[in-house]
Amino acid sequence: MIKDITIGQFFPGKSFIHKMDARAKFSLMFAFIIIIFVCKNLVSLGIVFGFALFMIILSKVAIKTILKSFKMIVFIIILTSALQIFYNSKGTVLFDWWKIKVTDIGMLTALFMAVRIITLILSSSLLTYTTSPTLLTDAIERLFSPLKILRINVSTLAMMMTIALRFIPILIDEVDRIMSAQKARGADLETGGLIKRAKALLPIFIPLFVNSFRRAFELAYAMECRCYKGGEGRTRMTAMKMHIRDFFAVFVIAGLLAGVIWVNRVFVALI
Amino acid sequence: MPVLETKNLTYQYGAGTPFCVTALDDVSVSIEKGELVGIIGHTGSGKSTLMQHFNALLKPDKGQVLLEGKDINENKQAGLEARFKVGLCFQYPEYQLFEATVYKDIAYGPANMKLDGKEVDARVRQAAEYVGIPPDMLEKSPFDLSGGEKRRAAIAGVMAMRPEILILDEPTAGLDPSGRSKIMELIVNYKKTTGNTVLLVSHSMDEIAAVSDRILVMKGGKIAMFDSVKHVFGRVSELISMGLFVPEITNIMLKLKERGVGVRTDIFTLEGAANELLHLLFLH
Amino acid sequence: MRDNEYILQFNNVCFRYEGDEENVVLPLALDNINLNIKKGEFVAVLGHNGSGKSTLAKLCNALLVPESGKVIAAGMDTSDSIHEYDIRQHIGVVFQNPDNQIVATIVEEDVAFGPENLGVEPKEIRRRVDEALKTVGMYEYRLHEPHKLSGGQKQRVAIAGILAMMTDCIVLDEPTAMLDPIGRREVLKTIGKLNKELGITIVFITHFMNEAVAADRVIIMDSAKILLDGTPKEVFKERNLLKKVGLGIPPAAELAHKLRKTLPDFPDGILTADEFAERFITYARA
Repeated sequence: MIKDITIGQFFPGKSFIHKMDARAKFSLMFAFIIIIFVCKNLVSLGIVFGFALFMIILSKVAIKTILKSFKMIVFIIILTSALQIFYNSKGTVLFDWWKIKVTDIGMLTALFMAVRIITLILSSSLLTYTTSPTLLTDAIERLFSPLKILRINVSTLAMMMTIALRFIPILIDEVDRIMSAQKARGADLETGGLIKRAKALLPIFIPLFVNSFRRAFELAYAMECRCYKGGEGRTRMTAMKMHIRDFFAVFVIAGLLAGVIWVNRVFVALI
Repeated sequence: MPVLETKNLTYQYGAGTPFCVTALDDVSVSIEKGELVGIIGHTGSGKSTLMQHFNALLKPDKGQVLLEGKDINENKQAGLEARFKVGLCFQYPEYQLFEATVYKDIAYGPANMKLDGKEVDARVRQAAEYVGIPPDMLEKSPFDLSGGEKRRAAIAGVMAMRPEILILDEPTAGLDPSGRSKIMELIVNYKKTTGNTVLLVSHSMDEIAAVSDRILVMKGGKIAMFDSVKHVFGRVSELISMGLFVPEITNIMLKLKERGVGVRTDIFTLEGAANELLHLLFLH
Repeated sequence: MRDNEYILQFNNVCFRYEGDEENVVLPLALDNINLNIKKGEFVAVLGHNGSGKSTLAKLCNALLVPESGKVIAAGMDTSDSIHEYDIRQHIGVVFQNPDNQIVATIVEEDVAFGPENLGVEPKEIRRRVDEALKTVGMYEYRLHEPHKLSGGQKQRVAIAGILAMMTDCIVLDEPTAMLDPIGRREVLKTIGKLNKELGITIVFITHFMNEAVAADRVIIMDSAKILLDGTPKEVFKERNLLKKVGLGIPPAAELAHKLRKTLPDFPDGILTADEFAERFITYARA
């Protein structure tokens, strides 16, 4: 159940996208998200959606895993698009019953919203699918290092992020284990009112916190043993280097932006 | 009638995904009332998955689990009853302690059974006695106990439900030798006093050999052997080919046999080995 | 750094933990410990829980410093905080729970963590990481996620993480306690290899008697003190003492002892099944 979430997971590989510099990938993915919002009509959004699909295929991440991550948010997509259908009264009425009016523009807007959300999720999950969490935090650390001037300790924040990513699967397993153990002692987590249910969670959360503290202490010792003393003087095994492919990607994304702006102007009619 | 029985039990993790693993494959096994069954097998052989079917924590994909002849997955009520009738104590159970006092923690299971206060009190005190936790320790915080004491308090929490069948998943893991022998002792005593069925999962062949009536060997989600201790450890070469180990004493007999000494290898106790070797020496 | 034949020296070391409550002084966790460990030695430290053996591990590389007395690690006084990181470059510690000592989300990135902290050149880090992973037999897993590995594999990754810092002494605090028999065997084999092939000093803390048999030297700890110190043969001879402090005897030694009751001339000092078989056959022929 909890283990089905694939958003944020990393799938090692050797594709063009995998090999891109993490900093370039992070920035371009950000640019791509802006482009999604620049799209004003279905044609430009269609192009951007197609591009996102192309990147997924290029990354060689199994389509199945990506579809699985959609399972969790299908509800949000349906809800947002449904709202568009029901709240849009402009355009030709296609269907009218009681207070519900469905118009052609309403339908198109709904489709537009659905595709936009899907594209957003595709592109942002592609970033985590193809970049190891450590590289990703490294990239964030380096991209945000100018914040040092504001006395923000970026490297410590990045280290915290790495540790969080490392311990999420461990803690998910732990929750599973504690839940099973308490259920075996007759814990009832599924019935009763809000207060009763909240109370029933105590036997799960107290051991989880106690165990997390224990883990944190042990990890602190282990990190000290390996001479961790903050970001100062730290080097990296994989030096980050921009390659021709990264510059190439910058051009492709710039081209995409130009194309989207042009399409926006040409096809004004489709919503 | 066996107290616990599975019929053609099959279970898969992540069914329908590329990571699908068949954890149990057509397992049929029956356990008699009052016996102590040792369960051995590799990590990943399906032991833990099987245990979690016995109290309906997991529901089989195919097949049945029968507790005293009744299918525990028939309806929700039967499943809940199975939780209390089959007490399952997980690995490292001390990591599930949460209450303010040891007493309250042991009382968690009986309280969930909706028993009245007096009955809960009686069960807590009796369970504490089974595991050797003195009355004054009951008022302490479980987090102030030593590792071995925490482990025993957690086991008491399962015993306090007075299950017909007690399942212990590696109850001695991570403890030092004296902690281990204390736990093994209390398991044997518990079985003797209550006459209840006990299932014991362990990686230590010496522990399994010392206390079991029968041994269940699992391999790749199937039952590889289910027989008396003597017969199971008599099939030494098969065990070794499964990547399992044999009791140290059996290992010594094997080493002797490898070097051409005509000894029996289905021996797993110190006394048995000493007698066999003395017999051999005086014969010549 | 002074060149000297000892990598670790404990001189009259006492240590106690601070309690949660004020005015409550906890008993000594280590009580006047004197111990010298030579370079290249393989020392096993045995004792029941709470005997002080884990505290001993943490004092080896300045994670804790003594209340009184001195710990000299690789020629440096651990009480002098200037040396803290130098000491840890020489003396690494591997802990019991492999999950709680792996920092990164990819195996090779975790092994790189130590050298990265030391500011080693990227190329050199790469070389050390590959070599360390090959030494522990985890090179093929270098791109795996740690949480998908078995316990024994994780523990070997943790050992590689220390190896990559080029330490010359590794202290292992019950590294096998949480593993299954196969994981235990993997880790033991790796430890033996580090000592025999790379000449790394090993301080191996455990409560499994049979794991201590392979060591050059066995130290038994009980109630904050060193009770016995000698070769495995010398130490395991003290049957009654070991039983009194809650430690078991290797079954081969037990069996030999049992035979000696009927056959007083049956050989003494047997520790492993192989040894037993050899000695039994020689005895039977005579």
